[in-house]
Amino acid sequence: MSKDPKLAHRPWLDPEAEPYIKIQGITKRFGDFTAVDNVDLDIYKGELFCWLGGSGCGKSTLLRMLAGFETPTAGKIFIDGVEMNDIPAYERPVNMMFQSYALFPHMTVEKNIAYGLVRDGLDKATIQSKVEEIIDMVELTQFSKRKPHQLSGGQRQRVALARALVKQPKVLLLDEPLGALDKRLREQTQYELMNIQDQLGVTFIVVTHDQEEAMTLSTRIAIMDKGKFIQTGTPTEIYETPDSRFIANFIGSANIFEGHVVESGKEHVLVRSTRDQSLFYIDHGSDLQENAKVWVAIRPEKIKISKSPPEQSDHNQLIGTVDDIGYLGKLSNYKVLLDNGKIIDITYPNQVRPKSGDHLVDWEEKVYLSWDASSAVVLTH
Amino acid sequence: MSEASQISNSLVKNLSYKLQSSWKTLVVGIPYIWLFIFFLVPFFIVLKISFAESLIASPPFSSLFQWAEDGALQIRVLFDNFAYLWEDELYITTYINSVKVAFISTLICLIIGYPMAYAIVRSSPTKKNILLMLIILPFWTSFLLRVYAWMGLLADQGTINNLLIWLGIIDQPIRMLYTQFAVYLGIVYSYLPFMILPLYANMEKLDITLHEAAADLGAKPITTFLTVTLPMTMPGIIAGSLLVFIPATGEYVIPDLLGGGNSLMIGKVLYNEFNNNHDWPVASAVAIALLIVLVAPMMLYQHIQSKESES
Repeated sequence: MSKDPKLAHRPWLDPEAEPYIKIQGITKRFGDFTAVDNVDLDIYKGELFCWLGGSGCGKSTLLRMLAGFETPTAGKIFIDGVEMNDIPAYERPVNMMFQSYALFPHMTVEKNIAYGLVRDGLDKATIQSKVEEIIDMVELTQFSKRKPHQLSGGQRQRVALARALVKQPKVLLLDEPLGALDKRLREQTQYELMNIQDQLGVTFIVVTHDQEEAMTLSTRIAIMDKGKFIQTGTPTEIYETPDSRFIANFIGSANIFEGHVVESGKEHVLVRSTRDQSLFYIDHGSDLQENAKVWVAIRPEKIKISKSPPEQSDHNQLIGTVDDIGYLGKLSNYKVLLDNGKIIDITYPNQVRPKSGDHLVDWEEKVYLSWDASSAVVLTH
Repeated sequence: MSEASQISNSLVKNLSYKLQSSWKTLVVGIPYIWLFIFFLVPFFIVLKISFAESLIASPPFSSLFQWAEDGALQIRVLFDNFAYLWEDELYITTYINSVKVAFISTLICLIIGYPMAYAIVRSSPTKKNILLMLIILPFWTSFLLRVYAWMGLLADQGTINNLLIWLGIIDQPIRMLYTQFAVYLGIVYSYLPFMILPLYANMEKLDITLHEAAADLGAKPITTFLTVTLPMTMPGIIAGSLLVFIPATGEYVIPDLLGGGNSLMIGKVLYNEFNNNHDWPVASAVAIALLIVLVAPMMLYQHIQSKESES
C-alpha cells in the first residue's frame, strides 16, 4: 500500500545517493537505563519513514533527540549535511507533531498555526496568507477562530499538523500521529497524511506502535526493540521476509516451527521439524550449514486448509483437527491442533457464502494443511 | 407481586427520593445559612450604623428608624459620614496609602513567589512534598507570634543589628523596626504562601509539552515564557494576587506592630475610630468604603472572566 511515485527509484538502494538525515552512533542513557543504544540510520529526502516498536523501545527518545528536546549521550545527528548536536530546539529545521498535539489552549486555531511564523519574524501579510492557505488545506476554515477545546479530536489533530507544516520544515516529526483518533478517523487521516506528504514533499519521520499504521504510511519501516533498530526495510520486505522470530511475531503473526537444516543450497532449503520430523521445503536459498538449528515461519494467511487431502508430497503438509474457529466476516481464523499438540493459526478468506451457517470446515473436523514453497521463511534467530 | 405491595414499593421509592433531595437542599443550605447569619446580617448592621449619627449613649449611634408623632415610620439616612471621609484628607490619603502598600507587597510576593512555585512544580515528587510542607509550616505557629518574632529580629537592639555589629559590618544599628520597610517585610513574609499555593495549583496543571511545542516552533526560552507560560498561569497570578492584596489592604496587626506610628493604613484608622474615638458611624463608613474599594475590582475581574469563558 505504501506509495510514493517520487521515490520509485528507491534512494536507499543507490550507493551514490546522499542521505538527508544521518543518525550516527546515537546513544541516550538515563542513569543506568540505556534508552537508545548506538543507533545508525540513513533517511532520504521525501521519505515517509516509520519507527515502529512497543512502548519503552526508545523510539520516542530518538525522535526527541532529533527535535532537540534531549541531548544524545553519544553520537551525531546530521540534517541536510548540518550537524544538529549543538543547535537548540528553537533553531532546528524540524517541526514536531506531538502525540498530545500540544496545542496552545489560550490561542485560537489561527493563532496556534501562526505561532511559528511569528517567531520567524515574517511580516503580517505573509503570515496571514500562509495561515489561510494551510487552514484551507486541512479543511478547517470555518473553525479558524475557535479555541482547541472547542474542536473534536480529529480537528485538533489537523491543527497540530497544520501548525507543524506551515513552517515548511526540512523534516516533520510525528509522534503517534493517529494514536488518539478512533479507528474510522484514523484510516481516513492516514490517507490525508500521505496526500499532504506527497504534495509538500517534506520528509516525514513517524513514530508509532501500530503496525498497520506503519505498513500503510511508510516508504520504509525501522523496527525498534530495546533501544536498537532490529530490521529496516520497506513494508513488504519486513512482512514477507522478516529476519528474526521477534519481527515475524511483531509484524502480523506467524506460525513458527523449530527444526534443523537437512539440505541447504542456492535455490532451496530443506528443514526437518524437531517436534514431529515433518519436512519444510523453502524455495529461497541460504548459506546455512547442515544440521544448523533454524526456525521456519509461515504466515497464517499463506496456509491452505482443506477437508480433502492435497496432492501427495513429503513436505509442506500437515494434518490436524479444528480446535477453534473465529468468524470475522470477510475471513475466518482457524486454530488447528496437530497430532503433536502444536496449535497452528490459519486465516482463510470466506470467498463462498456458507450455506445454512456452515463453515468451510467444522469444529473437531480432520483437516489437511499445505502451503507453497515460497510461503515460508527460514530464520536463524 | 401484589398490587398493594407494588403501591407501597413506589411509595417508599418516592419517599426516599424526597428525603434524598431534601438532604441535598440541607447540605447546600448550611453554608448559605452560615454566610447569611455571620456575614450578610453583620454587614447590613454595619451598613446601617454607617448611615447613623454618632451619639454619646449606648449604643453610641442614632437609630435609623423612628416613629413620628403621628405614628408614621421615619427612616433617617445620613450620608454625613461618607461625606466626612471624602472631605477629610486623612482618610483619602490613608486609603491611597493602604492600596499602595498592598499593591507593592502583592507585586513583591509575585516576584518572589512565581519562581518559587515554578521550582516546586518542577522538582521531584519527594522534594516537592517537602518544599510544599515548608511553605505551609509557618501556619502552625500563631500569626501574631510570628510578627512579634520579626520585632525581635528587626529592633535596634535586635538579632540582625547585633549580628551585623558583632561582625563589624556596621557600628551603628540600622533602623528597621517602625519603618515602612518593616511593614513591607512583614506583609510579604506573612502573605507569601497565599501567593505561592494558588500559583502552584495552577502551574501543576501546566503541560510541559506546550513549552516543547513553543521551542519546536522557534520560540526562545524567554519568548516561550511570555507567550505560553505567563498567559497560561494568569489565573494563578490573579488568584494569588487577590489573596494577598485583599487582606493586605485591610491589614492592621503588621502596620501597628512593625510600622509603629509611621504607617498610615486603613486598618489602623478603623481601629482608632472604633476604640479611641468611639465614633461607630464613621468607623462603619470607613469599613463600608474599604469594602467598596476592594469589591469593585474583584467584580470587574469576575465580569471579564465570565465574558471570556462565554466566547
